[in-house]
Amino acid sequence: MNREYKEEIVQYLQENFPNAVLASEDAFDVPNIEIQAQTVREILQFLKKDSKYAINFLTLIGAVHYPDNAGRELAVVYHLHSWTKNIRIRIKAFLPIDYPNISSVMDIYPCADWMERETYDFYGVIFDGHKNLRRILNEDSMDYFPLRKEYHLEDATREDKDDRYFGRFKNSES
Amino acid sequence: MTDISGDSKTVKASMEELSKDLKYKEYITVDSIDGDIATINFGPTHPATHGIFQNILKVNGEKILSSEQTVGYIHRAFEKLAERRPYNQITPITDRLNYCSSPINNIGWHMTVEKLIGADVPKRVDYMRVIIMELARIADHLICNSVVGVDTGALTGFTYMFQEREKIYELYEEVCGARLTTNIGRIGGFERDFSSAFHSKLKTFLKEFPKIFGQFDSLLSRNRIFMDRTRGVGPIGAERAMDYGFTGPNLRAAGVDYDVRVISPYSSYEDFDFIIPVGVNGDTYDRFMVRQEEIRQSLRIIEQAYSNMPEGSYKADVPDFYLPPKSEVYNNMEALIYHFKIVMGETKIPTGEVYHCVEGGNGELGYYLISDGGRAPYRLQFRRPCFIYYQAYPEMITGQGISDAVLTLSSLNVIAGELDA
Repeated sequence: MNREYKEEIVQYLQENFPNAVLASEDAFDVPNIEIQAQTVREILQFLKKDSKYAINFLTLIGAVHYPDNAGRELAVVYHLHSWTKNIRIRIKAFLPIDYPNISSVMDIYPCADWMERETYDFYGVIFDGHKNLRRILNEDSMDYFPLRKEYHLEDATREDKDDRYFGRFKNSES
Repeated sequence: MTDISGDSKTVKASMEELSKDLKYKEYITVDSIDGDIATINFGPTHPATHGIFQNILKVNGEKILSSEQTVGYIHRAFEKLAERRPYNQITPITDRLNYCSSPINNIGWHMTVEKLIGADVPKRVDYMRVIIMELARIADHLICNSVVGVDTGALTGFTYMFQEREKIYELYEEVCGARLTTNIGRIGGFERDFSSAFHSKLKTFLKEFPKIFGQFDSLLSRNRIFMDRTRGVGPIGAERAMDYGFTGPNLRAAGVDYDVRVISPYSSYEDFDFIIPVGVNGDTYDRFMVRQEEIRQSLRIIEQAYSNMPEGSYKADVPDFYLPPKSEVYNNMEALIYHFKIVMGETKIPTGEVYHCVEGGNGELGYYLISDGGRAPYRLQFRRPCFIYYQAYPEMITGQGISDAVLTLSSLNVIAGELDA
């Protein structure tokens, strides 16, 4: 595969969207391109229509929670792939946790429907313009977003657990 | 008006949602206005769904007017679990994604970690992996295709093909001791070389399987009844399939020759000569035929890999991740320390972001791994092909009969474990 494309595609995006591309880094095999959250729709639309790189396929949408990044706690990550040129890129948009809104790309890629619902379900990212944004894998009545970092999994070494709630009794109590 | 509802509250809520949604309304055609529109629950635990899927169907007689899916019945929070587990302990989680072809999931995960740590994997490991992954693909496709047969009423092929799947499971057993949730291999390779029993069983399998598979093929693929039942059932066009994120055999049945093994080869797939079968109509029959041909191509790959197996080690030189041999662990202090360090995830790991994908039984199976240098991934996301293409299901079955919905579901090979993570 042509390794040159990474800088080229960042440059190409910068030419077309002078203010939207904020940063880029080369992460192992795929360039990470950070963009302004408001421009995600235009950029994805542009990349799909554009014939130079022909990025036609949305591989995955996900989110990452960085609780220490004040003002940009949530990162929404779009994995894109061009099947004809075999180019993969990752588009990232950072959102503040108080206002985790970003526009939906469901009308550009219909497969984004469930991916966005899943991201909402686990991270609480609100996709404006999504037609049916509700939980998908978790229960509808859940009132938190489980993949955020403030919800720790149980620590195996903790000692404050009350064994009675787990069907186990200590010798003295049984 | 029948309303067979399981959990009435959920059903009612979903139905209200359904009727509100204009998108579904446009499918209700003129002939159904005067007729009776019934709402039925197809699933979650229906024998014909082969897994836990709920579909709320609106039907007029046999004809499906609209469908609404509920997923998540066996959600097990794998992505959250992975954030607390050392890298070695994530392999058993991947088993439980697509449990019809666990070795592909395991090996895909190992390769993701190897990409992150920059391990140099010997050629022999690549070839061993290719053999195991292609065996897994055969097992996966055999189940899917024989179940399509069952859903059309042909149980015979299923029983014979389960016999063959059993032989593949015996081969896994010779490599790792497990059968369904295999946890096969290690980061860096395999725990041991292929045993002599594996070699003899694989030779027998390669000799006997094509004949039995040929019988299965002749039983169904040109069978008048089977063709009438499957052609034109649950079709999807190439453009639509790409829009819906299809990958794997289901996309190829629609006529797009996208295969991860070819577009971004991993594990030395570029060394092998095989073709990517494609269909035309993207219907159940094409999906069946594409899988049949892929089984033959997988056999070709296994034969090539097996006859050209390079000499060398069955593991990479990654002492920070590959457990030392047991004889060392019991007799040598350093080996024991390393054993504990690896099991507890105390070894150094580079920081970075990696996306690695393999061609799973159902399509592009991806792993998006973010490491912050800690003992567990900072974030691990699985690209689960089932979850993405199952969205297209309502569109594919609208206007078709209820029995066609069953066939479409089984020919899409939607695996509940992969769907719900």
